[in-house]
Amino acid sequence: MSGAASGDLAAGVARYFSRRARWRPAEVVFWLLAAGTLFALPGKHLILAEIAILGLFALSLDLLLGYAGIISLGHAAFFGFGAYAAGLFSKHGLIAEPVLALLASGVLAAALGFVTSFLVLRGSDLTRLMVTLGVALVLRELANRYDWLTGGADGLQGITMAPVLGRFAFDIGGHVGYAYSLVVLAVLFFVARRIVHSPFGIALKSVKSNALRAAAIGIPVNARLVAIYTVAAAYAGIAGALLTQITQFCSLDVFAFDRSADLLVVLILGGTGYLYGGLVGAVLFKLMQDWLAAITPQYWQFWIGLVLVAIVLVGRDRMAAWLAAARRAVFRQ
Amino acid sequence: MLTIFIDGIAYGMLLFVLACGLSVTLGLMNFINLAHGAFAMAGGYVAVALVNRLGISFWAALPLAFVFPAILGVVMERVLYRHVYARSHLDQVLFTIGLVFMSVAAVDYTMGSQQVFVKLPSSLEGQFSLMGVGVGRYRLLIIVVCGVLALTLQAILAHTRFGSRLRAAVDDARTARGLGINVNAVFALTFAVGSGLAGLGGALGAEVLGLDPQFPLKFMIYFLIVVAVGGTSSLTGPLLAALLLGIGDVAGKYYVPKLGAFAIYTIMIATLIWRPHGLFSRGAAR
Repeated sequence: MSGAASGDLAAGVARYFSRRARWRPAEVVFWLLAAGTLFALPGKHLILAEIAILGLFALSLDLLLGYAGIISLGHAAFFGFGAYAAGLFSKHGLIAEPVLALLASGVLAAALGFVTSFLVLRGSDLTRLMVTLGVALVLRELANRYDWLTGGADGLQGITMAPVLGRFAFDIGGHVGYAYSLVVLAVLFFVARRIVHSPFGIALKSVKSNALRAAAIGIPVNARLVAIYTVAAAYAGIAGALLTQITQFCSLDVFAFDRSADLLVVLILGGTGYLYGGLVGAVLFKLMQDWLAAITPQYWQFWIGLVLVAIVLVGRDRMAAWLAAARRAVFRQ
Repeated sequence: MLTIFIDGIAYGMLLFVLACGLSVTLGLMNFINLAHGAFAMAGGYVAVALVNRLGISFWAALPLAFVFPAILGVVMERVLYRHVYARSHLDQVLFTIGLVFMSVAAVDYTMGSQQVFVKLPSSLEGQFSLMGVGVGRYRLLIIVVCGVLALTLQAILAHTRFGSRLRAAVDDARTARGLGINVNAVFALTFAVGSGLAGLGGALGAEVLGLDPQFPLKFMIYFLIVVAVGGTSSLTGPLLAALLLGIGDVAGKYYVPKLGAFAIYTIMIATLIWRPHGLFSRGAAR
């Protein structure tokens, strides 16, 4: 192949990927709508903040599952770790300012993610499931054991949050809390979007589709997996820290298996591998939970389970194909 | 000291009977079935309903606690599970978690959310002294029943035609098919027996483990530990793993109650890092 031809090829590849990374109109509309809820739905800000946090948490799992193909049943480990870190920072006045505390919690969760990422490199899917689940359970037991630090089964009480950036104090209606979580979500989302469209993100996708072949073309598979696991852990930790800061409370429940399982449901509802899945899924999940709990309080889990079973039996590929067909029908008329 | 040891053995034996069906599902079809505990719960609640509500004797209820989950297992296998075998592990996890959620809510709805116990016949209550060691009668019953079951299973697996077909299918399903073994039928039958055993374990264990609608979630991790640590290539592996887990858990909760299950989970992670295919597997076949 001549030098000019390979140069053309490289330019073509670069053009292709930069076209893929371009902002689409639907995305802009999505974020404008999200910003609009800040003003349009003042009565719903408490639940909207919950949705934003769940969305961030699901985004973190999407980085692992949708882009690296790692199944985790214990993602709550990092969520909980960040939650307790943020709670302890503010309770003992170590880092009073919420944004700084948020960053510090994210860094701590990332450190934990880095250390535990070496555990998930080995073995099959089953081993990974067990190890991720085990890490979350171990952390839960530790939080329960060291109750002088964490408050044990009673939860971490007596957290009072300083105003965000020293100016915006948290209010009862949750307006500041929602604005704060939405901004954090948006910033982290843009970072994640940048990551997955970078060469690093493209390398990850190739590892996901075929790890052996990716290694053969010179991608350091394990290093990439460690890196994304660490990033995902930081995201989850920040989501957890946000929850603590907004509710000013933190209990052992943050490590619960149900939380990791629900998170999978959220991500599957929204779809994996395109970043918006977590956000869409979080909205759908909370709406469903609200609606089902109103019809059959206490038994709404049954319907969530039914939805999961139905999704798998119908097939996620097939549903994605239907969605794509619907999109074509709408936009190409 | 010895009492704890015997309690641990009883607990481990129970775990083995509960989990051995899962070990076949995982080993044979490479299918991750997180809903295995739901069958155990079904067996437990069948026993509770029969003994406490209808007044049938405990001894008559045990076989029914085997039969009902076995039938349930076959029906589920033919109607639902069959479609998911060839799917990715993620789909299998989602599917079975969905089933767990449904079973938890359904049992909560029909049987109430509080913990229930099976009324034991008076001949099984209390302790007696065996060479100076206090042994609960019921614990002894568990050890005997589960021990007999384990030996029977091992004998079936090692010495019958069905057993050799099953082993052939576990080793290499494609070659087994090529030899004319109806792998699907073998699997359906094994699934039924595994579900039935889980149900029996659930009925026997209702007294020891406690039975409430959260049962499949609470014990899912224990079943998985037994299978993942024990490996799926024989019954001996899961049996030893279950005994170790039982003794370790009972002893740990007795001597260092504050640590809870911490030690168990740490040991599990360490084991899986050290031997990803289980302690007792024959090399890394899969």
